[in-house]
Amino acid sequence: MALLTRTAGALHRRPRLRLSLLLTAPLLWLAVLYLGSLSVLFVSAFWTTNSFTSEVVKVWSTDNFHELFTTPVYREVILRSVGVALAVTALCAVIAFPLAFYTARVARPRWRPLLVVAILTPLWASYLVKVYAWRLILSEGGLADWMLRPFGLSGPGFGLPAAVLTLTYLWLPYMILPIHTALEQLPAGLLDASADLGARGWRTFRSVVLPMVLPSVAAGSVFTFSLSLGDYITVQIVGGKTQLIGNLVYSNIELNLPMAAALGTVPVVVIVLYLLAMRRTGALSSL
Amino acid sequence: MQLSRSARIALRVAAGLGFAVIYVPLLLVVVNSLNPDRSASWPPPRLTTHWWSVAWHNSGARAALWVSVKAGLGATAIALVLGTLIAFAVARHRFFGRDSISFVVVLPIALPGIVTGIALNSAFSTVLAPLGVGLGLFTVIVGHATFCIVVVFNNVVARLRRTSGSYEEAAMDLGADTFRAFVDVTFPLVRSALLAGGLLAFALSFDEIVVTTFTAGPGIETLPIWIFENMTRPQQAPVVNVVAAVLVLVSVVPIYAAQRLAADTAGGSRV
Repeated sequence: MALLTRTAGALHRRPRLRLSLLLTAPLLWLAVLYLGSLSVLFVSAFWTTNSFTSEVVKVWSTDNFHELFTTPVYREVILRSVGVALAVTALCAVIAFPLAFYTARVARPRWRPLLVVAILTPLWASYLVKVYAWRLILSEGGLADWMLRPFGLSGPGFGLPAAVLTLTYLWLPYMILPIHTALEQLPAGLLDASADLGARGWRTFRSVVLPMVLPSVAAGSVFTFSLSLGDYITVQIVGGKTQLIGNLVYSNIELNLPMAAALGTVPVVVIVLYLLAMRRTGALSSL
Repeated sequence: MQLSRSARIALRVAAGLGFAVIYVPLLLVVVNSLNPDRSASWPPPRLTTHWWSVAWHNSGARAALWVSVKAGLGATAIALVLGTLIAFAVARHRFFGRDSISFVVVLPIALPGIVTGIALNSAFSTVLAPLGVGLGLFTVIVGHATFCIVVVFNNVVARLRRTSGSYEEAAMDLGADTFRAFVDVTFPLVRSALLAGGLLAFALSFDEIVVTTFTAGPGIETLPIWIFENMTRPQQAPVVNVVAAVLVLVSVVPIYAAQRLAADTAGGSRV
């Protein structure tokens, strides 16, 4: 007991000691284990592989990156992946805006918290189950085919459009929430002022609402863009033969780890660039 | 804003469609678990609970569920300790590099799972293999804890920022030492934030597949891995349907609880 009291006293008198006790374990975990592993991975992108034994040769070379930028397949897949991430982001924004507008401004105030929970709940439903749901919908004779049959059409089946659709579904709540919050916080006075100055609904929307909500769209896009760019499971399940950057990383791991590491740096670099671009819009402070 | 009547109607319709898009796939999963056929053709010819009883006795799914629970509990426990420690350091102290800590905490969840996965995989195989420790449940827990820290940290730090340190100081003025003040004052203040963070961490771990793929040893199969492996096997399709339906139904509970607990903290967002 005396020891405990003395320790408590010592801790109280020395805030630095307290701080180092607090931080030692988490920093060992995050900085040494996690950042350490990450840096080794990125360094290994500059190593090569013995093409006969698939063993990693620890000799510094930029061959992997050279190959990355000169091989047409790699270039094509990288561009396709960025295109998919942008398409998913655009689709999410287009679908999320009217939905968020309704939940934040049109629905009765009494209902609004309930509607937010209704948006949040599927966000937490299992990722894999949500992808599986779209596999069911898009499979032959599934719900998509059944719905389109009266029009003489059939569903898109598995492929690139299916992957874009499914990714949009997966990350949609991440876009709805920030837009909802921004619209909800929009001061009513601003809208009244706009109306007093003679602006009709559409004009107010374009000149007042949209500029004030754009940072939140950018904030949501950080999630939709980066989550889509790194995904490879969805593409495996509903993408047919489509390959995205994650699939290339995955297929290289066994035989050519340095190449996989080099490929893996691509989404990381693109995501960091995207974050920097979004920071200029002020999106990151509203995250 | 004065919306015209037609604009209001258009927005109502759009929102209705939006909510339909969000919920129809999940409902479809639940209905499809009652489909007697092995194919996913719509509409199902009739409904049956036959596959639910088959799934109940499926040993593979049960074993995978158990592995997932163990991994989730382990990762949550570690994340609770580490996340809380960082939260206290960041919220109650000033030190060099404080801002970069919040950044490092988010990194494991912000970077693509496959990058985190192969980084941990090669680190484990170079460091642990010479020690005679292979990949297994332990490495899965380590991997999951790494990206679960952020949800605990976010919840606790939000709570600590709102409750100033003066409560603890008051307790100490009244004669409590550092430990006493923590047990009687600080801990009750952050308890619900811890619970919310823990629930979210468990849900995050329970659902994870990519990092798991690269950190699980042979024979270690979590529920998401089991679903992924069996999804494309027609033979197993009905059991996968039931497991998926159960996950949809069950996922609502902890989310709802976490929402209630952390209505004022970062519980609304995953990151």
